[in-house]
Amino acid sequence: MKFDTPATTNPIDQLKVIGKPLDRIDGPLKTTGRAPYAYERHDAIPDIAYGYVVGAAIAKGRITSMDLSRAKAAPGVLAIVTAAEAGKLAKGDFNTAMLLGGPEIQHYHQAVAIVVAETFEQARAAAGLVKVDYERAKGTFDLASAKDGATKPKDGGPDSAVGDFEAAFAAAPVKLDETYTTPDQGHAMMEPHASIAAWKGDKLSLWTSNQMIAWGAGDVAKTLGVPRENVRLMSPFIGGGFGGKLFVRADAILAALGAKAAGRPVKVALTRPFMFNNTTHRPATIQRIRIGTDRAGKITAIGHESWSGDLPGGGPETAVQQTRLLYAGENRMTKTRLAVLDLPEGNAMRAPGEAPGLMALEVAVDELAEKLGIDPVEFRVLNDTQVDPEKPSRPFSQRRLNECLRTGADKFGWSRRAKPGQVRDGRWLVGMGVAAAFRNNLVMKSAARVRLETSGVVTVETDMTDIGTGSYTIIAQTAAEMMGVPLTRVNVRLGDSSFPVSAGSGGQWGANSSTAGVYAACVKLREAVAGKLGLDAAQAQFADGRVKVGNQSLPLEQAAASGPVTAEDFMEYGDLTKTHQQSTFGAHFVEVGVDADTAEIRIRRMLAVCAAGRILNPKSARSQVIGAMVMGAGAALMEELVVDKRIGFFVNHDLAGYEVPVHADIPHQEVIFLDETDPMSSPMKAKGVGELGICGVGAAVANAIYNATGVRVREYPVTLDKLLEKMPVLA
Amino acid sequence: MRAFTYERAKSPREAAAAVAADPTARFIAGGTNLLDLMKLEIETPARLVDVNDLKLDEITPTKDGGLRIGALVRNTDLAADKRVRKDYGVLSRALLAGASGQLRNKATTAGNLLQRTRCPYFYDTNMPCNKRTPGAGCAAIGGFTRSLAVLGASEACIATHPSDMAVALRVLDAAVETVTPDGTERSIPIAEFHRLPGQTPHVETALARGELITAVTLPKPIGGVHAYRKVRDRASYAFALVSVASVIHKDGGGRIALGGVAHKPWRVEAAESSLPRGAKAVSEGLLAGARTTTQNAFKLTLAERAIGAAVTEARG
Repeated sequence: MKFDTPATTNPIDQLKVIGKPLDRIDGPLKTTGRAPYAYERHDAIPDIAYGYVVGAAIAKGRITSMDLSRAKAAPGVLAIVTAAEAGKLAKGDFNTAMLLGGPEIQHYHQAVAIVVAETFEQARAAAGLVKVDYERAKGTFDLASAKDGATKPKDGGPDSAVGDFEAAFAAAPVKLDETYTTPDQGHAMMEPHASIAAWKGDKLSLWTSNQMIAWGAGDVAKTLGVPRENVRLMSPFIGGGFGGKLFVRADAILAALGAKAAGRPVKVALTRPFMFNNTTHRPATIQRIRIGTDRAGKITAIGHESWSGDLPGGGPETAVQQTRLLYAGENRMTKTRLAVLDLPEGNAMRAPGEAPGLMALEVAVDELAEKLGIDPVEFRVLNDTQVDPEKPSRPFSQRRLNECLRTGADKFGWSRRAKPGQVRDGRWLVGMGVAAAFRNNLVMKSAARVRLETSGVVTVETDMTDIGTGSYTIIAQTAAEMMGVPLTRVNVRLGDSSFPVSAGSGGQWGANSSTAGVYAACVKLREAVAGKLGLDAAQAQFADGRVKVGNQSLPLEQAAASGPVTAEDFMEYGDLTKTHQQSTFGAHFVEVGVDADTAEIRIRRMLAVCAAGRILNPKSARSQVIGAMVMGAGAALMEELVVDKRIGFFVNHDLAGYEVPVHADIPHQEVIFLDETDPMSSPMKAKGVGELGICGVGAAVANAIYNATGVRVREYPVTLDKLLEKMPVLA
Repeated sequence: MRAFTYERAKSPREAAAAVAADPTARFIAGGTNLLDLMKLEIETPARLVDVNDLKLDEITPTKDGGLRIGALVRNTDLAADKRVRKDYGVLSRALLAGASGQLRNKATTAGNLLQRTRCPYFYDTNMPCNKRTPGAGCAAIGGFTRSLAVLGASEACIATHPSDMAVALRVLDAAVETVTPDGTERSIPIAEFHRLPGQTPHVETALARGELITAVTLPKPIGGVHAYRKVRDRASYAFALVSVASVIHKDGGGRIALGGVAHKPWRVEAAESSLPRGAKAVSEGLLAGARTTTQNAFKLTLAERAIGAAVTEARG
């Protein structure tokens, strides 16, 4: 099915199941420990050996020699695979560095060997006996000093220019020119990258934890040099990904190589220290923002430049994206520049681009509003645009940013916000901050297979993944709504490369795109069922487990009396994303307390108001948004992968050193969804929320800290040491 | 983790003898630090002597009016003890500021004193570290030092001691009771228990090989307002950037010890006479001789301001 005209009324609009705050259908499996995660699939395959990864001890250079003799002789060792033994390996389409390094080393903790043994402890102990000698090469590890040599990236960041930015900025009576920095950040999801690999002849089965099954199967095949059809990926449950599991990583490839060498199934999980330097991370940015306005506060010039780094062949953090669309202004400019750094490879992390981009832009807006003497909510409202400001003939499909801001201001008590440094509650200086949330809505082709079983149960199969987001539940809701059955009569099977290819989970496109694919398949199934029952599909109503046309009413399962009825289809998209800009919007409000003595920063309450199309399940959507708000709070206050610029690695590579928020950091959160449908997005009229929730949070926190203390910090994370010397002296 | 043998000792003396006789042996009690270090091969004992059966898990009054805390008393139990909460509030508060409920349930009094630094370079065996390999060098110096020592450090090591409990014990003038393989018992003042790194940062305490901690004793209560102020980037489950253990008396005098700033709990008794004159006065003596980097210089300001907060709060 192709979606190329705006959606009209369809069975989803009944909202009997869709739009309800239902518990997730996989909840009982998870809370009782029965959801099968990748590392635990002993039910699926017996006799699994354990693999342990050895990582490079240098950031850049070459292996000069490896001595495996002691490791090979260690108890229980079945096999050791290094690049020298592995034969020719290719680099996956979605990888920047090789997943098994050697002799060339491209980054710290790049895998250089896998040791396979009977037990995990034996594998780990033997891995400690692998002796590797290196020759270090000089690397580049400091973005600030590499910045001036940065170049225009090949992919992912075209420059944009409308009008004459430089002249308009120079002429603007009120202007801001500031530079902001965001650090490297780790996904730090609960479940590490983990895989079990088993070969049967030349066919590989991989139980893994991966957000994008089809990309993954393709890259496993390419890396190992085997036909794509010989690779099967299964990833029904994922303990968090946040973009860190969009791509195949070392666990999957090394499990496959280890299993081949050992002649046994092999499981590999990355250890926590490995998560930070062996896998991907969100790259640090340096961002310069220039905004000029007239005296009334209308933006006349807006410019945003961003610098980030990556390994050779890598890509930029596209931190200027939102600036092209968020505010009005006739003269506009954005630039993205990419430096070569020899740090571990950068890649997508929740709301890549917008998350760090808004951390800068929305502080700049706060600063400018203050210069103008305009309330920051009003300044944003004043500069709203209902059309793509680079191409005014192209409207937003829906844009209710102003309503988000106004609703939030009202609910949050924004009118009580005082001038910086004026509010005190005991030992706390208290402040409020606001920021706009913005993230584009992406639509992706997505397929599904639906089957009416003889029992009357509807089975849905798609390679869509549930990364903790609620995919199982919203897909079940979609099928239940379309087929007129209760949720309990839908069985959802996900994350298997033998199922039809879905949109996968990434870029907050999963919810709308994957359910639209299920919608398409259900439309076909409805036709097939009506045909079997001798009813006119165009007239048929599916409700209460029955199919009705006029006075005729037949039980749904009657269509499957002589065997299951199966339908498969996909949803693909026409030009609506070109004719209309599809984005999601929100406003974040944050209140912080800053300790008057120690400058410790503690969030007191948070509110998000989101306008993101139809909310398919308000409960799981709220969970997505509050989780993203926590991540935004972490980005604002504590998360930083610290680069040792001499050695070239992230130093704080465990969860004691890389701090993420704990419960005590997040006392109170509220989420409001505006009642909205977007007929341009899909028949579901839905959009994404999982990334919108993080967008702008960091800036709202930073702005609240400024409001509390009068101290402006432009280098994230905002930690007490950056405030301490400038804290107001109190009587 | 290397393979190791495991045995359970029957008496303190026997445990001490077992470890004294075997340079590859280590005591294990709660295991909350040692097991993690073994998994990373930072600690590589070939033999573990479990001391959990030694019945050193009682808190009893001493004849001079203090308390004797058995080496195996769990952090949770110590923090909750009524006598500790009443007379040694700084200790209870320090314990509850540390780790998590789960860890405190396992962690012991002696083990808490013996926990090792959280210097990130110590935790990465690819990096040179004089604590792990004497003479190897120190990767932390010149690297990421935000959390590292500003007082009492050396050219060989700038690590800090991570314990909160030890800072409170320091302010309370506790003593560490031990037994050696030949049955000799001694009491080590807490001030002398932890060492500065000097040229031998791998030698962290005054304990001899095999010497086993049997108890920690607290002198009789000293009164005053007890507080433990732990400053950190997140609200819970983080090591201190700076912590202040304080006991402040009505006359403005008292005691102050700092955590998070040195290789041991940091207290300068001579500086405490300045306490009635305020935080700035006492900090001058307490922080004298500090050596900082651009990343950790904030700890001096932070310590002074945290002391100021403690003093103000104590005055009510």
